[in-house]
Amino acid sequence: MSTGNAFLVLSTFLACGVEMVEALTIVLASGVARGWRSSLAGLGAATVVLAILVVALGPALTHIPLQALRLVVGALLLVFGLQWLRKAILRASGYKALHDEDAIFARELAEAQSAEHVERAGIDWYGFTLSFKGVLLEGLEVVFIVLTFGSAQGSIPLAAAGAAAALVLVAGVGIAVRAPLARVPENTLKFAVGVMLTTFGIFWSAEGAGAEWPGGDAAILGVLGFVVLMSLAFVRLLRRERLEAVPA
Amino acid sequence: MKHLAAFGRFWWNFVVGDDWRVAALVAVAIGATAALEAGGVTAWWLLPLAVPLILWLSLRRAIRSA
Repeated sequence: MSTGNAFLVLSTFLACGVEMVEALTIVLASGVARGWRSSLAGLGAATVVLAILVVALGPALTHIPLQALRLVVGALLLVFGLQWLRKAILRASGYKALHDEDAIFARELAEAQSAEHVERAGIDWYGFTLSFKGVLLEGLEVVFIVLTFGSAQGSIPLAAAGAAAALVLVAGVGIAVRAPLARVPENTLKFAVGVMLTTFGIFWSAEGAGAEWPGGDAAILGVLGFVVLMSLAFVRLLRRERLEAVPA
Repeated sequence: MKHLAAFGRFWWNFVVGDDWRVAALVAVAIGATAALEAGGVTAWWLLPLAVPLILWLSLRRAIRSA
């Protein structure tokens, strides 16, 4: 497997895993508070919508010339990746609260338990909507990443395989433990996903703009190392700055 | 019309997020790379130089507004 393809599978696996953990928390909160039937119906409906999006957009993307695709996809991934990376750096340096699945589960559960009960076609509407919206919104990020990574690297099936592996893993563990996956090092994973999105964003948008990387595809490793070092240096700088700002 | 605006707002928030300047500066950096390459100048180095600067400016803004 080439360097690009290996990163493709790893990136979609990690990104999908992170989003799936968040979606699972919402589905669990909805299921516990409002009943599993409504929650699973919402999960199923959102999955169908996401599948339609992939089937509709996936083949269309393969008809766009590769350089134009890499320019647009690279730019989108770079903007998207810098968003993730900014939040991850702010969390790691202490400027932003860490993502806590247990706390999110408790909050979602309390909100779901206090909402009014409206039943349509035997399904609790609040539970369905909560689950549907949660899975759809988290899933859209997965679809975006799978389609953009897959099409720019020339292999949507490989990107989908990475996402599917994460789906099987998170869903399997979720069914087994029936609790939010608070032990997953989510903040570290988000940091890693931000680094990978930014790496691919730099690589593909430069190629799309007409640049040729020294070493071809292998340059991704160099860009990756550069983005990791830059991010860690920013975390260190900001952490030191924050500690110095706190009066002794 | 209201739904169309909400749809547009969703995609704007989804891709661009809370700091539109990042998207604008990324577009400028990619445009500059394309312009240099079109003029025959090797420009693969420009984005790795621009990205730390863009990210640092965005981090400073996020901290100031927190």
